Amino acid sequence: MSTLAVHDHGVAHHDDHGHEHHHNQSFLSKYVFSMDHKMIAKQFLITGITMAVIAMILSILFRIQLAYPDKTFPLLTTLLGRFAPNGRISADFYLSLVTIHGTIMVFFVLTAGLSGTFANLLIPLQVGARDMASPFMNMLSYWFFFMASVVMLSSFLVQKGPASGGWTIYPPLSALPKAMPGSGEGMTLWLISMVMFVASSLMGGINYVSTVLNMRTKGMDLWKMPLTIWALFLTAILGILAFPVLVAGVVLLIFDRSFGTSFYLSDIVLNGVQQPYEGGSPILFQHLFWFLGHPEVYIVIMPAMGISSEVMSVNSRKPIFGYHAMVYSLIGITVLSFIVWGHHMFVTGMNPFLGGVFMITTLIIAVPSAVKTFNWLATLWRGNIRFTPAMLFAIGMVSFFISGGLTGIFLGNAALDINLHDTYFVVAHFHLVMGSAAIFGMLAGVYHWFPKMFGKMMDEKLGYLHFWLTFIGAYLVFFPMHFMGLDGVPRRYYAFTEFVSMQRWLTVNTFITWAAIMAACAQVAFLYNFITSIFIGKKATQNPWEANTLEWTTPVEHLHGNWPGEIPTVYRWPYDYSKPGAEEDYIPQTVPFSQTMSSNQAHDFEDNPKGLEELNKFNSTLKANEQVK
Amino acid sequence: MGFRKFINSKTLLSFITAFMLLGTNLLMAQTEAAATTGGQTDAPQVDWTGVAYYVLLFFLVCLGVAVIGKILKIYDLTLKIQGKKGMKWNTVMAVICLVFLLAGIYGAYWSFTVQGSMTLPEAASEHGVKIDEMFTVTTVLTMIVFFITQILLFGFLFQYRHSDKRRAHFLPHNNTIEKIWTIAPAIVLTVLVVFGFFTWQKIMNTTDTKGDINIDITGHQFAWELRYPGKDGVLGPKDFRMVSAANKLGVNFKKRSSFDDLQVDTMYLPVNKSIRLNIQALDVIHSVYMPHFRVQLNAVPGLPTFFKFTPTITTAQMRTQLDDPKFEYLVYCNKICGGGHYNMQKVVRVVTEAEYQAWLSRQKPYLNDALRKELHFAAADQPKTESQNRLALNN
Repeated sequence: MSTLAVHDHGVAHHDDHGHEHHHNQSFLSKYVFSMDHKMIAKQFLITGITMAVIAMILSILFRIQLAYPDKTFPLLTTLLGRFAPNGRISADFYLSLVTIHGTIMVFFVLTAGLSGTFANLLIPLQVGARDMASPFMNMLSYWFFFMASVVMLSSFLVQKGPASGGWTIYPPLSALPKAMPGSGEGMTLWLISMVMFVASSLMGGINYVSTVLNMRTKGMDLWKMPLTIWALFLTAILGILAFPVLVAGVVLLIFDRSFGTSFYLSDIVLNGVQQPYEGGSPILFQHLFWFLGHPEVYIVIMPAMGISSEVMSVNSRKPIFGYHAMVYSLIGITVLSFIVWGHHMFVTGMNPFLGGVFMITTLIIAVPSAVKTFNWLATLWRGNIRFTPAMLFAIGMVSFFISGGLTGIFLGNAALDINLHDTYFVVAHFHLVMGSAAIFGMLAGVYHWFPKMFGKMMDEKLGYLHFWLTFIGAYLVFFPMHFMGLDGVPRRYYAFTEFVSMQRWLTVNTFITWAAIMAACAQVAFLYNFITSIFIGKKATQNPWEANTLEWTTPVEHLHGNWPGEIPTVYRWPYDYSKPGAEEDYIPQTVPFSQTMSSNQAHDFEDNPKGLEELNKFNSTLKANEQVK
Repeated sequence: MGFRKFINSKTLLSFITAFMLLGTNLLMAQTEAAATTGGQTDAPQVDWTGVAYYVLLFFLVCLGVAVIGKILKIYDLTLKIQGKKGMKWNTVMAVICLVFLLAGIYGAYWSFTVQGSMTLPEAASEHGVKIDEMFTVTTVLTMIVFFITQILLFGFLFQYRHSDKRRAHFLPHNNTIEKIWTIAPAIVLTVLVVFGFFTWQKIMNTTDTKGDINIDITGHQFAWELRYPGKDGVLGPKDFRMVSAANKLGVNFKKRSSFDDLQVDTMYLPVNKSIRLNIQALDVIHSVYMPHFRVQLNAVPGLPTFFKFTPTITTAQMRTQLDDPKFEYLVYCNKICGGGHYNMQKVVRVVTEAEYQAWLSRQKPYLNDALRKELHFAAADQPKTESQNRLALNN
């Protein structure tokens, strides 16, 4: 078994080199070009948080424009220069802000920042491996991501500004440099950045999948893996299958832009000048984009689901309800997510029959999502709920997932989508269901595994403050947007001043902006908490949350290889919380059933007839003893 | 706790002094700058006092938070010194959850009634009524689920908050209930899918029938161009190669049907007549969005599309219904198309048949004098020769 081979290698490695090897690492190889999965996870996390803060600031900038379209802010000119002449953000730069905000949030924060951090941290620790299958590739994955981030941000430095065709970069708008300023060098940089990003994501994904499949410790069969691992594993598979299609689309777009091909372009007259393109189809790009784009939203949300499941189980002191159903619904979502992409294209001029088909598949995918929600609720039922900040964020994730998911039933219905497509209703929907929900999943993960990452505890009270302000803020921001959408207010509008019918939403826009500013300020509490806790936080104990999973059996001080001695063997599933008859309200995965005879149940031995026999024997002797008494 | 370092009188005092100094400095600088640049007003000046004020305000809030944190900490410690259990944060959070639930329900109700009343008026088209019916059904179903699940979620949080006295109920799974809540949403969704599917097919799978009014709408950066057919009721074909300064849409004048086409500025629609919008774009993707009629379809360069609908309420009727004498139906762009995307609108007027005919008779032909000159036409109805065609092509 490969597990054993790797495991042996790890042990040998330790015996041979002992500890000196680790202490002699140079600064460069320990902190910068690290091949240790825990360090890479931290690199992903900190880069992800940095990008998130940048994208958040961008969103505040365009929110200011929407709230005060007629007011001038000289400070903006000081900060943004030519992008905000005369104290007002220009229309083109507004679109750049929207575009880069979306791109950074979807790809750099919620894909790389979320999967990158937690897959790297948790996969080896929770399946019981000494590191990733390929640590070198893992390092490359981070550095490609880092370069992609740098290139993406560098587009703010080019003359005409960053890409501004929306994060979906539909051609011909993105293909014709003359169509808008952002489609010049900014777009080129966007495309280069994206190709690097996908390379990073693929290297990471291949690593995650191979580690989960090949490097699990003794006894860790697939049905004993925590839901975090299941979610991250399926996410990685999704990424591996979907991201190459984006690259294909992007490469064809680069060809159209730079080498005169007509994959996406046809019959175009730009500013009165005929363009020499014929025979292409803009719809083709949309198909290629959304073939990634839709799985992408599940790439974003599934790790958040996995993290929330784990955190909610630990803090409710209850097994996750319907573990198998949770896994099967994740698998269902994974498979179905590949055949629903057309629901982004109901009104693009795609054949209406296709629209009907995609509507059916789309509403089917709501079933596994509903199952997951009900199972989370059942997990809380009759629990013994501890409100750690991580738990609060996991609950927030569920709340957002419900609120945003339900509006998906409207948008997934092609007939209703006719009038809702590209309005603020859509903005509200996806910011709740994948934006806020995924961010909350990520924050739950940060609060929960911070002790594992940094060996310190975060401050709980600041965590509470951060949670409530962000949670309330997000609802205040996105809830009213539904009604704007129902009034036919389109997204990506620079100002609502030109339409008499939209001017009455101005007060709502102002309100939303101030709610957003409040939520943004709340993030300062998080950043302060995060940074100071790394240095002066209370030292963490080995298992601060009294959790069952394997990562809490490793020492608090990090060491390359994770476990000082042999990798522990796994005997049971990760959710034996509050088992009747057990001494504590948790039984770690490494405790064999032979040590917990009093709490064993027939259910534990479903595929283990020998164990069942032992249990029956034990129970009958117990009964016999009682009768004797 | 991280606050500790900040909370001592010396640092506090120095912080405040520093900010006071900064504030006054900036204030002075501001007045000085204003004094020196009194005459020049071309570039707006940054109001640094205002900025400093907000920064100061933010720091004061942070300070307040830190002080409250410290007080709580001290309170907690005192409780512990007295041999009590300390602050019960689990209970505090559980209570906040309950408060949030109640406030949230009220907030949602408020939002539904106040902002919900600001949404679009009733559908002004035949198919729109069906869409609205579906919308209502979906809203009722989803709102029931919304309120039940959120109430359960936050209710459970309060009900089952932590207590040292009890243990959670070990319940790994229950196949019956899991089957129920897999099948129940599946059934509800099937119903929605079936109705949605047929409604969608009915709206989109339309065929041409005699008597449809064909209207050509073409999007470009950043306006819509409208073309109505003339007496023959047929729109002349278009070819993007024929676009010129006078022939903005590239109408092909080799075909006779093009000659009587009309160029109009406002989209007039006769009420209760089937309209076929022929949708195209010249440069980038736009989207024809007429929310009052529940009409939307993208305008894609190189891919002509169409949307058929029947308006049922005239502009005048809608004005009395809404009690808004200035109300206008609009068509606007709903797909990002560049810097002017936010202002790409045209007025749509739904009128009676008689008004429509009267309006139509006043419209100017697409083949105007400039275009005639460009095409070297002597008269409108004179058929073109081969050489003129070539000239037109060269343009």
